[in-house]
Amino acid sequence: MAFKRRDFLKLAAAGAGAAALSACGAGGMTRAGKAHVVVVGGGFGGATTAKYLRMWGSGIEVTLIERNPNFISCPTSNLILGGTRTLAENTFGYDTLRDKYGIKILHAEVLAVDAAKQTVTTTSGVVHYDRLVLSPGIDFMYDSLPNLRDAAAQAQIPHAWKAGEQTVNLRKQLEAMRDGGVYVLSIPKAPYRCPPGPYERACQVAFYLKNHKPKSKVIVLDANPEITSKKGLFTKAWADLYPGIVDYRPNNEAQSVDVATRTIVTEFDKVKADVLNVVPPQKAGAVADHAGIVNIDGRWCGVDFLTYESTVHRNIHVIGDSIAAALPKSGHMANQTGKICAGAIVSLVNGDPVYKTPKFANTCYSFVSDKEAVNVAGVYRYDAEKKTMLGIKESAGVSNTASEIEGAYAFAWANNIWSDMLK
Amino acid sequence: MRISSFGLGAALCALALAATSAQAAPDAGARQIAATCSACHGTNGFSVGGTPMLAGLNRAHFIKQMKDFKSGARPATVMHRHAAAYDDAEIEKLADYFASQKRR
Repeated sequence: MAFKRRDFLKLAAAGAGAAALSACGAGGMTRAGKAHVVVVGGGFGGATTAKYLRMWGSGIEVTLIERNPNFISCPTSNLILGGTRTLAENTFGYDTLRDKYGIKILHAEVLAVDAAKQTVTTTSGVVHYDRLVLSPGIDFMYDSLPNLRDAAAQAQIPHAWKAGEQTVNLRKQLEAMRDGGVYVLSIPKAPYRCPPGPYERACQVAFYLKNHKPKSKVIVLDANPEITSKKGLFTKAWADLYPGIVDYRPNNEAQSVDVATRTIVTEFDKVKADVLNVVPPQKAGAVADHAGIVNIDGRWCGVDFLTYESTVHRNIHVIGDSIAAALPKSGHMANQTGKICAGAIVSLVNGDPVYKTPKFANTCYSFVSDKEAVNVAGVYRYDAEKKTMLGIKESAGVSNTASEIEGAYAFAWANNIWSDMLK
Repeated sequence: MRISSFGLGAALCALALAATSAQAAPDAGARQIAATCSACHGTNGFSVGGTPMLAGLNRAHFIKQMKDFKSGARPATVMHRHAAAYDDAEIEKLADYFASQKRR
C-alpha cells in the first residue's frame, strides 16, 4: 500500500506536538494531546494491541508497522502438512484494522530504534512515537547450526516454524517423498514458540503418511528430556492412531546437519532423512535487538507485567513470544499480553493509574488427526509480591481425551481469535 | 425456546444499562478482565461462531453457567478449568460487562 513520505512528516509533526505538550502534562502526554503509539509486528500480539488501543483509547493515534503484506497464522498451519488445509485459508489482510479502526498500516521493515529520540527507522522512512509497542515474535539462533542460516539451505531443510513459504515447501517435500521414506523433525530445547506445536506436527505428518505412504516413518529428535506439552495425549495419539509410524527419541539435540544429504547428527544419533525439518533454537525477534531491550539470557526481554514496558526503556513496551516469562509462547498469550499492554497504555496516556490485578488465560488446541484435537489451558494472575504472572493451579490442565468436538472447538478458537485481532 | 427468552432479556437489560451508563466512565477492570474471554468468544463477547455468544447474555444465566462449570454441574472440555480461576466477584463483574453489550 502507498504510505507516502509526507504522511510520515505529518505523523512526525503530530508526535513532536504531543511531545511539546508533554511539558505541562502527566505521564509524558496530555488528555488533549493526541498520543502517537507505534506498534511493530502485526501478529497475534501487535495486531490485537493496535486494535484495542483504538477501541479503548479515544484519540490515541496508532501506526502498525508490519513487513509482510498479510498475516499468516501459525496455529492450524500444521494441518497444511497433513493435507487438509491450505495456506490461503490461514492468510488474512489488515484492511479492517485500517478502515474500521483508523490504524495507519505501514508495510516496511524496521531497521533501527532510537529510544532517546523516540524514533523508528524503517525501509520507508522515520516514524516518531510517544510510546512504542514491539511484538517481534521470534527469530532463529544459528550459532550451533551455522550452515542452516542461508535461504538455499532452508529451501532444502525448512524449519517451517513461521507459517508461509516454508510450510508449503515442507508439504511439497512430503508429497514428493517415496513410500518407505523417513521424515525427521528436530525440536530445540524449551523455551521455543508454541510448546505443543512440534508434537502436533508429528501427528499431522504421520496422518498424511499413514493414508498415502504407509511404509514411511516419522522420527522425532527432541532436544528436551521428554515431550514438553500434552505428553500423555500425544503419546496416546501416536500409539493409537499411528502405530509403527512415529519414533520419538528424547535427549536428542541437533549438533550438526549435512545439508546436501539431509543428515542430522545428535549426541546419540546420526540419521539420514528423506525429508528433514529442523526447528532451530529461538530468541526474541530482531526488532527487540534494534531497540536494545534484550536483557535476559541474551535471548528474551524483561518486562513490567502491569504495563509490558521493557525493564530497559520505560516507554518501549514488548509483548508476546519475545518476553521472558513463565508463560507459554503462544498466539493466545500474545493476544492476552497485548490487551493488558493496550489497557495500560490508555491509562498512562490519560494519566490514570494502571490496572493492578491483571489475570488472563491461555488456551491451546492441537490436532492429533484431521478432525480430532486436544487442549491445554490455564489462567494466570499477577502476583504483586513477585511482580510476575503465576499460573493458577486449579485452572491448569489438559483434555481427558482427543475428540472431534474439540476439533470443532479448535476451529472456533481460531476463527474467534483471528477476528479478535483483525476484525 | 430458552435461547430467545435470553435474547429478549438481554436486549432489555442492554437498553436499561445504556440509559444509566452513558455518562459513567467504563470500568477499566471489568473491560480488561472481559477481554480475556474474547480470544475464544469474540471481541466484547460477540462470537463469530462455534463458541457461545456472551454479548447481551442474561446476567443471572451467565453467573449460573460459570458456577456450574466451576462445580462440575455443567460438564465441559475446557470451561471448567477457566471458571475455576475466577471468584464470585469477578464472575459478577464479567456478567455485568457482557450483559451490557448490545447485540446488533
